[in-house]
Amino acid sequence: MIENIPLSHIIVVSSIMFFIGIYGFITRKNLFTMLMSTELILNAAALNLVAFNKYLFPQNIQGHFFALFIIGIAAAEASVAIAIIIAIYRNFRNIDPEKINDMKY
Amino acid sequence: MAEHFSYTYLIVIIPLISFLITGLFGGKMKPIVSGLIGTTGLFISFGLSLCTAYKYFFLYGKTDEIFQKIVATDYLWLRFSDTLHVNLGVLIDPISVMMLIVITTVSLMVHIYSIGYMKGETGFARFFAFLSLFSFSMLGLVVATNIFQMYIFWELVGVSSYLLIGYYYEKPSAVAASKKAFIVTRFADLGFLIGILLLSFTTGTFDFITLTENNAAITQGSGIAFMGLSTITWSLIFIFMGGAGKSAMFPLHIWLPDAMEGPTPVSALIHAATMVVAGVYLVARLFPVYAISAPVALEVVGYVGGFTSLFAAVIACTQIDIKRILAFSTMSQIGYMMLALGVSGYGAEEGLGYLASMFHLFTHAMFKALLFLGAGAVIHAVHSNNFTDMGNLKKYLPVTHWTFLIACLAIAGIPPFAGFFSKDEILVAAYQHNKLLFFVEYAVAGLTAFYMFRLYFSVFHGKETHYHHTPHEAPYVMTIPLMLLALASMTVGLIPFGEFVTSDGAELELHTHWSIAIASVAIAVVGIVTALVFYRKENNLPEKIAISFGGLFKAAYHKFYIDELYLFITKKIIFNNVSTPIAWFDRNVVDATMNGIAYVTNYTSEKIKGLQSGQIQHYAYIFVSGVFVLALIFLYLMKY
Repeated sequence: MIENIPLSHIIVVSSIMFFIGIYGFITRKNLFTMLMSTELILNAAALNLVAFNKYLFPQNIQGHFFALFIIGIAAAEASVAIAIIIAIYRNFRNIDPEKINDMKY
Repeated sequence: MAEHFSYTYLIVIIPLISFLITGLFGGKMKPIVSGLIGTTGLFISFGLSLCTAYKYFFLYGKTDEIFQKIVATDYLWLRFSDTLHVNLGVLIDPISVMMLIVITTVSLMVHIYSIGYMKGETGFARFFAFLSLFSFSMLGLVVATNIFQMYIFWELVGVSSYLLIGYYYEKPSAVAASKKAFIVTRFADLGFLIGILLLSFTTGTFDFITLTENNAAITQGSGIAFMGLSTITWSLIFIFMGGAGKSAMFPLHIWLPDAMEGPTPVSALIHAATMVVAGVYLVARLFPVYAISAPVALEVVGYVGGFTSLFAAVIACTQIDIKRILAFSTMSQIGYMMLALGVSGYGAEEGLGYLASMFHLFTHAMFKALLFLGAGAVIHAVHSNNFTDMGNLKKYLPVTHWTFLIACLAIAGIPPFAGFFSKDEILVAAYQHNKLLFFVEYAVAGLTAFYMFRLYFSVFHGKETHYHHTPHEAPYVMTIPLMLLALASMTVGLIPFGEFVTSDGAELELHTHWSIAIASVAIAVVGIVTALVFYRKENNLPEKIAISFGGLFKAAYHKFYIDELYLFITKKIIFNNVSTPIAWFDRNVVDATMNGIAYVTNYTSEKIKGLQSGQIQHYAYIFVSGVFVLALIFLYLMKY
């Protein structure tokens, strides 16, 4: 089944995911949605890794492993990020990144 | 020979140890304990010094009938190169042994006396710590093996003098006096340092023994260098400037009268007997260099000494503060010593002035310390420094009275007290070499007798003053040092000094020159009788005389306006014409450059700080845009 889907399609999907992530990261006014955007970016990268591994070097498995690592690290990162966001909220009653500027000059 | 004296470094180290103990732990112990520690330390040093003197002068010092210079300890302290290194050590020779005796004796007496005098003062332990520090520095100075060690201890002496003058640091006048003393002597020490550098540059050594080797005329640097004088002469004149500062020679004397703000035992120890003769000692230490290589510098020493002794004696006749009278008298007597060095030559009979100078240093230390300690006992009893508040004290203070009288007779030069012998030798030396200086000294001898007995009669005789409470004799701990020093003042003149301390180490027999001796005693008696007539009973003669002298009296009373002259020079001339432009340059050029650089940096950063918005999303936006731009560049512009 997968043989029928060309590599370029998968890359297009991952590119779209990546740019949605970038766009969300730059425009959103909420730390949580920014965090979700970064998850999208990470997943796009993971998808690329898996796809290239499958299509270009089917005999190797490093790409798959990297994808697994990314998933694991993304989970850890999400928990840390959420903890930070909660701490920020406790201090500022706010999670708009533009308003958190106490350390600015 | 050195092995007989290997312990001598202890003489110097023990006061340092007692300084450390009393200085670090003095606050925790009872005051009397710190006093006893200091005194015990000094007593050990005193014993060792006596032992050294005995061994040096009677057992091991002589080789071929000449006293040798012995390096007992030599320790390489700081090494820059093979030729440039600073050693610390102990040099034993006649004058250093003599100074060890003088310093430890006077210092011991002052320590004992201070236990009584300073009783109940706050900072008792601090006082003894500083006294020990001073004794350490002074002992280190006299045993210095090289001129650099001497300079180090010279500065240490200066700083301990500063600390002790400013002992009553709540009193603004004491603080001002301590600063004045420190700054004036420090200024003189600048000359000393320049002299050291010039001298060691031309001769290539710091070492005293190498510098003063017998008949070693220094040939290098003896050519004319500047203003008709050779480098070596200039260097010795600069070194003498350092000595003049410490020894309160005109015109660097202004600190000594003010230094009397310190406690009286300090005045006795530092500003009468030991530190102020450091300048004389310095010239004596380098004497062969002065005498052989730079006779012009030695003449400068002689004339400065002669002028100072006359100048100070005239001022002393007009003052009413008993400690200041003694201070000016000290200046005058040190002038004598300098003058004696100035009229001396090197070797045998020619070296009479050198011998006389050292002899006078020795005797003067004893009777001047006694005078100061006696004055301290008087002040202790009356609580005033001015003799106008005193009178007829002989009734209340018998011991002080008799010891003070002995000291006055000694300084006036009445035989058989100590001052007669040494002053006589100075007069003989001056008579043989320089008639002008002889007559100056002869006049000063009369003035000395006059002002000392003016002081004596005003304090101990004269009108009965009404005292708030009856003055009482000082406790034994204070009177015993007085009696011991009085004994010394009576007897040390009988020491055959010519056998021990001479310019070249060989024995020199002293002859009494009857004509000069009789003349000097005569003028001393004239001075005493004049004082007796003026001050024995209350009368109006002194006022009449003062009025008839008019301007001269007023000028002398104001110390010839030297302080005012200094203030005028520093405040009006130096501050206005030198310091103000320099301050302007500093503020408007040096500082302005720095401020300008800072301002430009600050301004620029204010203007561009908007770029650093602190907004994570802006950064991400710019970062991603940059990635795009780079990607486009790689894709379309850099095709390989």
